[in-house]
Amino acid sequence: MTMREMIEAAAARYPNRRSAIMPALLIAQKEHGHLPGPVLEEVADILGVERIWVYELATFYTLFHTEPVGRFHLQLCDNVSCMLCGAEDLLRHLEGVLGIKKDETTSDGLFTLSTVECLGACEMAPVMQVGDDYHGNLDVARLEELLESLRASLGKAASAEHASHPAPGE
Amino acid sequence: MFEPVLLRNVDLLDGHLLSSYEAGGGYQALVKALRDFTPDEVVDLVKQSNLRGRGGAGFPTGMKWGFVPKRADKLKYLCCNADEGEPGTFKDRIIMERDPHQLIEGLAVSAYAIGAETAYVYVRGEYVTAIRRLEQAIAEATDKGYLGRHVLGSEFNFAVHIHCGAGAYICGEETAMLESLEGRRAQPRLKPPFPAVAGLYASPTVINNVETLACVPHIVMRGADWFRGIGPDKSPGPKLYCVSGQVRKPGLYELPMGIPLRELVEEHAGGPLPGRRIKAVIPGGVSAPVIPETGLEVGMDFDSLAAAGSMLGSAGVIVVDDTACMVKVATRIVEFFHHESCGKCTPCREGLNWAVKVLRRIEAGDGAADDLEQLEMLCKGIFGNTFCALGDGAAMGLRAALKHFRDEFVAHIEQRRCPFH
Repeated sequence: MTMREMIEAAAARYPNRRSAIMPALLIAQKEHGHLPGPVLEEVADILGVERIWVYELATFYTLFHTEPVGRFHLQLCDNVSCMLCGAEDLLRHLEGVLGIKKDETTSDGLFTLSTVECLGACEMAPVMQVGDDYHGNLDVARLEELLESLRASLGKAASAEHASHPAPGE
Repeated sequence: MFEPVLLRNVDLLDGHLLSSYEAGGGYQALVKALRDFTPDEVVDLVKQSNLRGRGGAGFPTGMKWGFVPKRADKLKYLCCNADEGEPGTFKDRIIMERDPHQLIEGLAVSAYAIGAETAYVYVRGEYVTAIRRLEQAIAEATDKGYLGRHVLGSEFNFAVHIHCGAGAYICGEETAMLESLEGRRAQPRLKPPFPAVAGLYASPTVINNVETLACVPHIVMRGADWFRGIGPDKSPGPKLYCVSGQVRKPGLYELPMGIPLRELVEEHAGGPLPGRRIKAVIPGGVSAPVIPETGLEVGMDFDSLAAAGSMLGSAGVIVVDDTACMVKVATRIVEFFHHESCGKCTPCREGLNWAVKVLRRIEAGDGAADDLEQLEMLCKGIFGNTFCALGDGAAMGLRAALKHFRDEFVAHIEQRRCPFH
């Protein structure tokens, strides 16, 4: 499905088009990685709604990113339960090994580091969300394993892409 | 030994599939409701059960349903609040991930009772697995005729849609959630009118929490007396308790409403970590005032906790031990509310910003002698003066920390450092 078709399918669930702005922004963000101005305008045009309605949502809800984020967005919970279970040490460790502060992205564009409010998985505190996945019961060793597997997944994705798009002459 | 009801399927390997749910008697409550009860009789049954909302406020569910106008020609909506964001709370996620049909059956029976043909489940956007499982469950249930036109051959038509949130704690406030569903910034509405009269798209709307809806099929199957027989009569039923923090066995526990907080933490959740002592427990998510260790005999139900100066809230039980700094815990909680303030009203937006600054300087060892007075003044300025309960939650939590752990705040100011670091 094209982005427009996905947005139309979402809009069919509501009696008015304005309700579909949130699902449309989630779809657009999945497609584009983040939500720069032209994408917001495209969403407004597809739904036929005021542009300001789209802007005001994109800048209110924290899951919408109007600026680019890294290939892997490390979202470490530092709310009370995770804090009590060592989230601060994990944050310091991540800042150290990645060479960035929180809210920054590594120069290779691979990792963005953020702290987030409660992810609703306190039974496995401290917890971090990366993409769609939750990683819980983290300590420094598990964090290292996770970073390693994320880097490895990128290598695999790259070689799979290479295999499915053979270079000319191959 | 209490037999789990709400969590009976969550440990099954394929508990999220329709086949598992049906094998355990699933959707028989919907069959029974449509066959044996009129919608009003379902409302009466839920009223008799004394079921109270599990989202935090504890409002009687049957009474809430009873506020919906009876006119059959009027469009009505059912909304499920699955925007679980209260720190320390994870019960709804586990139901949706591991037993989504329990929620869907609850939605169907509840919608039949109030006369709604459409439900929106507002799930927080971070819960990707829960959303996928719910989507799959809705598709399975629709194929089997539990959802759709003429549910199980009856005159009842019912569709369930998922609305994915995008990161805003305030959407847990029901009118803010309606604003969000209508495609606006999530800022609470003025009440009245209450949603039961004019809610989503100005139509009568009932908003219930995931766990509340999950209780409904069991009440239909086992009766109101069964439900009222568990725990205190005015606040009864099986209850999900989310235990986290500095405790041996964090996890989700289903136990009767009203069990002593001490029993929950020390027996079921294994007590403190080796060599530590419990200092305090937050019983109902961070909006609930902290309870010092000496207060742990309190029963975990709406009325007992309210009488003890705290609240059951979402039953997110956070255990704090003697190695933790209460000033830091309080600071983190107020920072959270400040971050999540929707910005609509001044006492919450500005008051919390100010409180965070004062708390941070106390924690850093730069506190002034009159800072505690200033915090109390800020709490007074916020509490009862905000549009919704977010500001109240922040002020109540901060007041409780100042009341029960004043010595720690004073020590920070006098020693000009955090005694725990």
